[in-house]
Amino acid sequence: MSNRSDVLSPKLSRHLLTISDLSREGAIHILDTADELARVSDAPIKKLPTLRGRTVVNLFYEDSTRTRISFEAAAKRLSADVINFSAKGSSVSKGESLKDTALTLQSMGADAVILRHSASGAAHRLAQWTDGVVINAGDGTHEHPTQALLDAFTLRKHLKGARGEDLSGVRIAIVGDILHSRVARSNVLLLSLLGAHITLVAPPTLLPVGVHDWPVEISYDFDEAIGECDAVMMLRLQMERMKSAFFPSAREYSRLYGLDRERIKKSKKNPLILHPGPINRGLEISADCADDVDSVILEQVANGVSVRMAVLYLLLGGSHE
Amino acid sequence: MAIKAVLSSADIDRALMRISHEIVEKNRGSDEILLLGIPTRGTYLAERIGIAMGKAMGKSSSEPIPVGTLDITLHRDDLRSKPPRALTPTRIPGESIDGKRVVLVDDVLYSGRTIRAALDALGELGRPALVQLAVLVDRGHRELPIRADYVGKNLPTSHDEAVRVSIAEVDGEDFVAIVGAHQYE
Amino acid sequence: MSNVEKIAYKPIVIQSAYSLEGKKVDLRIESGVISDISEAGSLKANDADVINAQGLQLLPGLVDLHTHLREPGREDAETIRSGSAAAALGGFTAVHAMANTEPVADTAGVVEQVVRLGREAGYCDVFAVGAVTQGLNGAQLAELGAMAHSMANVKVFSDDGKCVFDSLVMRRALEYVKQFDGVIAQHAQDPRLTENAQMNEGVVSARLGLAGWPAVAEEAIIARDVLLAEHVQARLHICHVSTAGSVDIIRWAKARGIMVTAEVTPHHLLLTDSTAESYNPVFKVNPPLRTERDVQALRAALVDGTIDIVATDHAPHPKESKECEWSEAANGMVGLETALSVIQESIIESGLSNWKTLAERMSTAPAKIGRLAHHGLGIIKGTPANIVLYDTAARRKVSEIRSASKSLNNPYFDRTLPGQVMYTFLRGNLVVAKGDLVNPL
Repeated sequence: MSNRSDVLSPKLSRHLLTISDLSREGAIHILDTADELARVSDAPIKKLPTLRGRTVVNLFYEDSTRTRISFEAAAKRLSADVINFSAKGSSVSKGESLKDTALTLQSMGADAVILRHSASGAAHRLAQWTDGVVINAGDGTHEHPTQALLDAFTLRKHLKGARGEDLSGVRIAIVGDILHSRVARSNVLLLSLLGAHITLVAPPTLLPVGVHDWPVEISYDFDEAIGECDAVMMLRLQMERMKSAFFPSAREYSRLYGLDRERIKKSKKNPLILHPGPINRGLEISADCADDVDSVILEQVANGVSVRMAVLYLLLGGSHE
Repeated sequence: MAIKAVLSSADIDRALMRISHEIVEKNRGSDEILLLGIPTRGTYLAERIGIAMGKAMGKSSSEPIPVGTLDITLHRDDLRSKPPRALTPTRIPGESIDGKRVVLVDDVLYSGRTIRAALDALGELGRPALVQLAVLVDRGHRELPIRADYVGKNLPTSHDEAVRVSIAEVDGEDFVAIVGAHQYE
Repeated sequence: MSNVEKIAYKPIVIQSAYSLEGKKVDLRIESGVISDISEAGSLKANDADVINAQGLQLLPGLVDLHTHLREPGREDAETIRSGSAAAALGGFTAVHAMANTEPVADTAGVVEQVVRLGREAGYCDVFAVGAVTQGLNGAQLAELGAMAHSMANVKVFSDDGKCVFDSLVMRRALEYVKQFDGVIAQHAQDPRLTENAQMNEGVVSARLGLAGWPAVAEEAIIARDVLLAEHVQARLHICHVSTAGSVDIIRWAKARGIMVTAEVTPHHLLLTDSTAESYNPVFKVNPPLRTERDVQALRAALVDGTIDIVATDHAPHPKESKECEWSEAANGMVGLETALSVIQESIIESGLSNWKTLAERMSTAPAKIGRLAHHGLGIIKGTPANIVLYDTAARRKVSEIRSASKSLNNPYFDRTLPGQVMYTFLRGNLVVAKGDLVNPL
């Protein structure tokens, strides 16, 4: 094979802990790679030998069937061995420290650990204690990089189409509890890296004090902001936020910041509606447009597997130089 | 470092023309031929062969010989030796490769590992009726029991030489040269 | 171990040290006091032991008004013995041990135990801080009088770790301690604004997804408390001031004649919230590290005296309390052994001030606030020989320093810091010599 010219991928960091680990070229490359790998899902045999012999561990301290299954499917399609650790009923829930769990996984020969945890920065800490590759599948309110990548992939597919493209010219609104959303943080970083124009729409209580530093516009007026959007990303809202006085009632919140048919009519461009799932019907999205959103959610699920396959291939598929 | 040209543009044209006729001959009468080039240069060679075959079979331009491209990156046996390689496209014309006579097209046949990977990749896409191999250059030194059905030119080389294939669509001009440590006068 | 009342037998002559004015001096210690100071070369050694202090800076024994020695209750993190040894290595001859121990130091019994353990160890004088409220519950005053009149002679009272949030309780406490010239040291933190807070609220916390501890939660309490102190004509001390806004309020209060004093930690003079980017909880502390603007304001305030003293807030923690996720980690950093070095780096080497001013901030002023009789009296003939000889030219990798503290949560672990304490004298007794403890732990 020595005659074959090797085109190496743009250099990626060893781990995927935060979108800040990616360059613009690296991010586009992940999307392009995901595009190619999407075809595997259409092939009769949905399997590639690429990660055969690699062990991937799903270490999920928070329940998340959706994300965990997505990573599991992605790893298995690349022929990796997958081991699942979930919080309930394991030594993890009995109070074994994250560090001890990391050392255990290391001695088991885990090549990669996919971590979901309720503490911001948990993935950074894990990366200190293990030699394997660490992929952040959601750490507290910090980031969820693969979610942002699959959102970007979905947006690019619908709004731009081609390989090698970024998202310049795309106008997107991200709506809801920005303060507590790891999906929002990763998306702000990634979509702006790819050239999109981002407007954050939220009541002032749900925007972080440091948001003035972010490459975004802020709006408290959803009706106005939705006007020029090519896409709208609705964030999940947790009802417990009412107890800490973030907003007075579900009714007021959905009236001002929820998505319904009336509000969609105010847009000029029939925007694509994204949601990380699962939807609180009647809260952030009204029942009458939830079904439309559901269909994109299903597409996002499929895209999620392709994107996660791309991440696994690019982090584990070659040598570690 | 010395560069010795061994095939000129005209040589390449003649070789591809001959290969095209041989493919038509060997697969007499078949409507099920599918050419799959191995990126990067194999893809363009496959396109040229497809056009030449069409002419030879008297086909009109509205019913061309199907030509596609097959990425073998993920099936390589040496993935771990370097950082991850970029994927190239896989595009299969038509619905599937089941029952088709697939002719793989590549520029150089050397150890045979690329073709082994291509066969694995094909195996996951379906079940062809048969698989044949056309290469522009065979430089010997096989490491696996793989052979080409159609060869443009046999070029005996030594291990410390490299075969450089330049084709117009990628490199601007057509030629094949041997690049070696020896000085050629 | 040494009985602190014992006095060194042989006199000691220190030759050629730099005085606080920068002049070369000789100094003689005899019977536990400074018996003579004069121009370098003028004191004959005769019967005395000689210390060649060429190139070393004389400093008065430092006084720490705020340190956590963890005993009783958390001896896995630190003991009074190991903590006071660390203090001596840092140039401290007196420390005040905060009351948030287990059990809390809210009775005469516990504070007397703390003082006694300090005396037995003999590395420095350990004074006990008494809790303001019972069990730090913030609701009921502890027996402040009993603690003041005990053998521990408590003058400083603090619920540090927690804020005395109830305005009425704070008012009463300020009033009550006037009877024995005590002072309430407030840990200013509005608990409602800082529920589950992890780091300074700002640009960095927004990016890192860590709950914010806004500056206003400290400033609003200080504003309230200085007005209370004014109203009841009482002394007030503010622990670990960390924001520029707090400095402004304290400056305003002093201008009005309010009897408020304030302290700043070495780490708040050097480190900022950008250290949290690594998510390494060694940088997690309460009050949190703030912005560069705050650091500059605190430095200027220490130099101009708006902030009266440096206090370490030495907070040792065992490994498992820091080798975990940020949100699970305990708050605090060790600081006794690196205090002088960090102050040298942030205040002296930055050109902001001199050793004379720092001697005032780290010895004279804290001793005054704590009403200590035998410390902070300066380097003057006739005063107790609580003295430090400090090598300002030394430079050490912090990771290579062998620490006396039991805990390793040191935020300077990857840095090189200037300076080293070479000699510490406690009432004329040599506790640290040539950079090491005379009596190892």
